[in-house]
Amino acid sequence: MAGHTDKTYEAELKALREKLLAMGGKVEAAIASSVRAVIERNSTMAEGVKAADREINRLEVEIDDACRRLLALRQPAASDLRFIATALKIVTDLERVGDLAVNIADRASDLNQVPPLRPFHDLAKLADLTQAQLKGALDAFVESDVVKAEAVLKGDDLIDALYLKLFNELLALMMEDSKNIRRATSVMFVAKHLERAGDHVTNVAEMVIYMVRGTDIRHPRSRAV
Amino acid sequence: MSDAPKVAAKGLNAFFGKTQALKDVNLDVPARAVLAVIGPSGCGKSTFVRCINRMHELTPGATTSGSILLDGGDIFAPDLDPVELRRRVGMVFQRPNPFPTLTIAENVAAGLALNGVPGPYQERVEKSLRQAALWEEVKDRLSASALSLSGGQQQRLCIARALAVEPEVLLMDEPASALDPIATARIEELIHELKERYTIVIVTHNMQQAARVADRTAFFYMGQLVECGPTEQIFTNPRESRTEDYVTGKFG
Amino acid sequence: MTALCGLAVLAAIVPLVSVLWLVVSNGAKGLSLDFFTQLPVPVGESGGGIGNAIVGTLYMVALACVMGLPLGIGAGVFLAERGDTRLGGVIRFTAEVLAGVPSIIVGIVAYGLLVAPFKHYSALAGAAALAFLMLPGLARATEEMVRLVPNGLREGSLALGLPAWKTTLRVIIPTARNGILTAVLLGVARAAGETAPLLFTSLGNPYWNFRPDQPTASLTVQIFTYATGPYEDWHQKAWTAALVLLMLVGATSLTARFLTRNRRARA
Repeated sequence: MAGHTDKTYEAELKALREKLLAMGGKVEAAIASSVRAVIERNSTMAEGVKAADREINRLEVEIDDACRRLLALRQPAASDLRFIATALKIVTDLERVGDLAVNIADRASDLNQVPPLRPFHDLAKLADLTQAQLKGALDAFVESDVVKAEAVLKGDDLIDALYLKLFNELLALMMEDSKNIRRATSVMFVAKHLERAGDHVTNVAEMVIYMVRGTDIRHPRSRAV
Repeated sequence: MSDAPKVAAKGLNAFFGKTQALKDVNLDVPARAVLAVIGPSGCGKSTFVRCINRMHELTPGATTSGSILLDGGDIFAPDLDPVELRRRVGMVFQRPNPFPTLTIAENVAAGLALNGVPGPYQERVEKSLRQAALWEEVKDRLSASALSLSGGQQQRLCIARALAVEPEVLLMDEPASALDPIATARIEELIHELKERYTIVIVTHNMQQAARVADRTAFFYMGQLVECGPTEQIFTNPRESRTEDYVTGKFG
Repeated sequence: MTALCGLAVLAAIVPLVSVLWLVVSNGAKGLSLDFFTQLPVPVGESGGGIGNAIVGTLYMVALACVMGLPLGIGAGVFLAERGDTRLGGVIRFTAEVLAGVPSIIVGIVAYGLLVAPFKHYSALAGAAALAFLMLPGLARATEEMVRLVPNGLREGSLALGLPAWKTTLRVIIPTARNGILTAVLLGVARAAGETAPLLFTSLGNPYWNFRPDQPTASLTVQIFTYATGPYEDWHQKAWTAALVLLMLVGATSLTARFLTRNRRARA
């Protein structure tokens, strides 16, 4: 079936979609760079992440504006409405993930000034998982793929489990030697930021399911019976 | 509140000569609620509504088959008088059509006076004008010509005239399409009030109007009923892709 | 360009004005109360009037209306409501043909049908001929007027639960009333001005007559008789009678315009 009869409207929706994807890409890059800044002890990269966050924030404002404009002028219905409602929500989650990347970059700057604690295997794994989740959610959005979105929702359990493991290990380190406390806390913050990013990514996945299916699956236990 | 629909079309087909305008329509109209009928031009929505008060067959060569039940009774039954039916099922048209030679009060009472219902009619005229939200504006000039009113007022006058006969169902064929936005808003407000007492079927080519006014919406395409459901569902998450395409503006 | 238009207007107005001028200037001198109220006097005497002719014309036109209006208006309404059927087509065709029949032929037909079998001339025959002449124009004009009534009114009335016949009678016709009235008055004006058919049917009568089965005087025939007669006196009376006829026709047209003036307030 042909696109919207009004080609300008069609173009506006397409532009919105592209902006969202651009933002998603930048957020993916931010997380990747910030994690590498920690693991490879690269302070320049950390600075780069902080600078790049401005772009992400700018995109958030532009996307919100575009959504409001479409709501006011186009009275979108059905799938168009759900797309725009989704856009409004996931742009917030993506921007938060961008902020979390900046926070990780800050931790990287701190950690790079002191000798390393020990190899960050588990942290690297946590980072990989989080990045995979983010990619999965963005792919699900691009392809309107409910299966991928549901996989992301399930995958969050792995992140939570790995975070818990890392938390306990770091706690043990701190109890071993009080000189470790400063560095271990920084690493714990990084892990926490990654875990929070994972939660935001599941929000994105939930909204993708709403966008495709039209049913809002969030907070199942809090719904009125 | 009974669950039985006020009007139920079953296997309804309608023809203009050999051309089929409606194909096998099965549609329930819930009582004391507003059903909007939407669809692109020529989809059969006006034809459907004009079958409900049997005005379709007044066009030369127009026929129907299948049945429409009003409170369970088939309106096409051979012993049922269409003229009687139209006293139970009233209609308001796209262009206001007050009788030009009658005053405002005479217009409202026309359905009663011309049908031989004994007068006096003042009370019923006032009641109908109040129901149509027109009383305050015309109470001091009831004997003025009906044509001295604005377009929006004339349309509300026609609604009052239809209500004076005390129908059970009110059919509205694009009642606001000839009116400006403020007059349209007043008609829509009126419909909200009327649905407490009447069953209303409104044909509209303005989707946003259907979204504002209707409890349920039926989408017609090329003579067939494609989908019918709660208005919110039709406009946020329709089941059929043709409905989806229509409400998002991909055609029509 | 404007000059050419002005010339055209003049060319159209000049004959009208000259007719009026001639009739008024020649006829005015004969006007008197007697003229309107007295019977014609025998040849040679002066005075007298054409009271019987005026009354005769009015009488026969009234009879023609009684006969022709129901038929003409009824046909017009039928054509407007059901004109697309075969019968409607036949009626319309008949009306068109009849409209073109010369009035003298109509007179001869009326003679053959209503005079010869009864062996005398009558006002009724005259009225019948006039009705015949009024019919086609009245039917067509009524049809036009009824068609002008917007279909929305018909639908609105039917939707109120009024049967079709009541809709036609109580809604459509009253709405078209002004137009139909104009058509009637124009038909009347035409009938009042016919001469040829009356020659074979009502003939003429020197006295007052109110019986339909007797010959009757009429303005037009009287003008003919006086104008072609040998007496100067008669010629004068012819001019005056012509003026009276013009006044009658003029009054009818003015009444038509008055009655159909726009009484409605702004829509």
